[in-house]
Amino acid sequence: MGIDATKSNDDSIVQSNELIDISAKELHKMIYRSDISVMEVVDIYLKRIEKFNPQLNAFISLLKKESIDKAIEIDNRIRKGDIDNILAGIPYVLKDLYCTKGILTSCGSKMLSNFIAPYDATIYEKLANAGAVLIGKANMDEFAMGSSNENSYYGPVANPWDLSKVPGGSSGGSAAVVSARLAPFSLGSDTGGSIRQPASFCGISGLKPTYGRVSRFGMTAFASSLDQCGPMAVSAEDIALILQTISGFDEKDSTSADIPVPDYCKNINDSIAGLKIGMPKEFFAEGLDPGVAKVIEQALQEFKKLGAIIKEVELPTTKLAIAAYYVIASAEASANLSRFDGIRYGYRCSEPKNLLDLYERTRWEGFGDEVKRRIMIGTYALSAGYYDAYYIKAQKIRRLIKNDFIDAFKEIDVIMGPVSPTTAFNIGEKSNDPVAMYLADIYTVPVSLAGLPGMSIPVGFSDGMPVGLQIVGNYFNEGKILNIAHQFQSITDWHLKIPSQFI
Amino acid sequence: MSIKKQEILKVAHLARLNITTDRIEEYTENISNILDLMAQMNQINTDDVTPLSNPLDAVQRLRPDIVTEVNQRELYQRLAAQAEEGLYLVPRVIE
Repeated sequence: MGIDATKSNDDSIVQSNELIDISAKELHKMIYRSDISVMEVVDIYLKRIEKFNPQLNAFISLLKKESIDKAIEIDNRIRKGDIDNILAGIPYVLKDLYCTKGILTSCGSKMLSNFIAPYDATIYEKLANAGAVLIGKANMDEFAMGSSNENSYYGPVANPWDLSKVPGGSSGGSAAVVSARLAPFSLGSDTGGSIRQPASFCGISGLKPTYGRVSRFGMTAFASSLDQCGPMAVSAEDIALILQTISGFDEKDSTSADIPVPDYCKNINDSIAGLKIGMPKEFFAEGLDPGVAKVIEQALQEFKKLGAIIKEVELPTTKLAIAAYYVIASAEASANLSRFDGIRYGYRCSEPKNLLDLYERTRWEGFGDEVKRRIMIGTYALSAGYYDAYYIKAQKIRRLIKNDFIDAFKEIDVIMGPVSPTTAFNIGEKSNDPVAMYLADIYTVPVSLAGLPGMSIPVGFSDGMPVGLQIVGNYFNEGKILNIAHQFQSITDWHLKIPSQFI
Repeated sequence: MSIKKQEILKVAHLARLNITTDRIEEYTENISNILDLMAQMNQINTDDVTPLSNPLDAVQRLRPDIVTEVNQRELYQRLAAQAEEGLYLVPRVIE
């Protein structure tokens, strides 16, 4: 790698543009060999953020003092031999819906623009105990509702591959950070595709775990039966390290799965010869951009080279997935967001005339349009007279979608297809047409509805913009997905590409 | 299937949202379009299908009925717009 092993304590031996090519896994080894200190690493990333973030608007909070303090602490502990965790010393960013005690947790909303979280999310606690260094909170679509990061109170985020295009959403900031190498990894959240789609649009890797794999305690809820926290990084190898750290049963999350966490790195180098890959015919139908289709087909050829077998499968209920998803997600959102009433925390309207006026104006003024639309849709779908026709109907379709996957998994080991019908679109292009925005979630929402794990890895470019491949595994089979992704990343280098203006 | 302005106002009230007059038409149109999308669900018969509410078909986990939390009212009330002596303050409710 051309790194000079002789150094003075004052100079950073690794320059910014060398560090960005180094994986979290390798960076950890360098720190433990004393090739570089945590302080030096954090300093390099803070300088990169200062230089490049104005073009991206990927951060809501930048934690200079906190990250430097933590870096000093971890350097001392490493020196004493007191910490050995695989993520110790590695800087990262959290999507701004994870509660971080004493630090602004805005969820990208005016409603929480004054909210200093009074407690820590479980995943944050785990990462802090592992010695990872939080350097900032990432911009996002408000309350995780959106597919473009254009719905943030803090302004839109730009795609590092083309600043006039969206990074995707709702974890747009988290994706842009990794794509522009402003941090080695980030945590996003995925309800209907909010990790996978921005990962695809920004040319990085992102994983939505099986529902219940990772604790949701301290994660601001959007749709409680769909939300999951997940890692976003440059490679499957790095994602394995992060998933290992954040996964596991949590007493404080009653939807957390009491299933042991396997060693995600153990089988990552296994051969995938004989792997049966299912290609759903519904994921390659009308609506898929031909440029994207071509890149996906080329990627599937790489898997054939590795010995995999490709079979067509059917997921017949796919065409109703978006309708069902938006009913369920909106209904659950309307319930989850009813807590924002100006009383105990968050924004309150000025000079309320009475209690009703307090509630109604606080909520109208505090929430953005997309959030209000979804709250109203959800309220309607759950209201008397409509509950059966909308909410229960959607839950029945959800059952059919889950059954489609169960049937498919009898024939194949994993499912693959595009993450999104197109590459990243222009900022402002779809923001006036909510339905057009929703329709692009077609490949990701069925996976969310079924609660299955899904990963996006970059597999090429179409018209200069990244294309992501979705790998969907069976329940709690993240290890297999990571193995497959890593094998692909061992014979290709799409995941290592960095947009030239951020080098 | 369109939604009418009256229903939008009713739903806004249920959701405690003070929809301003200048936005009613736009909201009615957008929500109407979204509801049309959702009407697609009627394309298939689901009479014999059991609804799925938890993706893992998991059952709500219970725990013993013993106190495990510590009272942190003071810490939490620091976040309120208006709170005094352990109470949250709101405009007068009872005349």
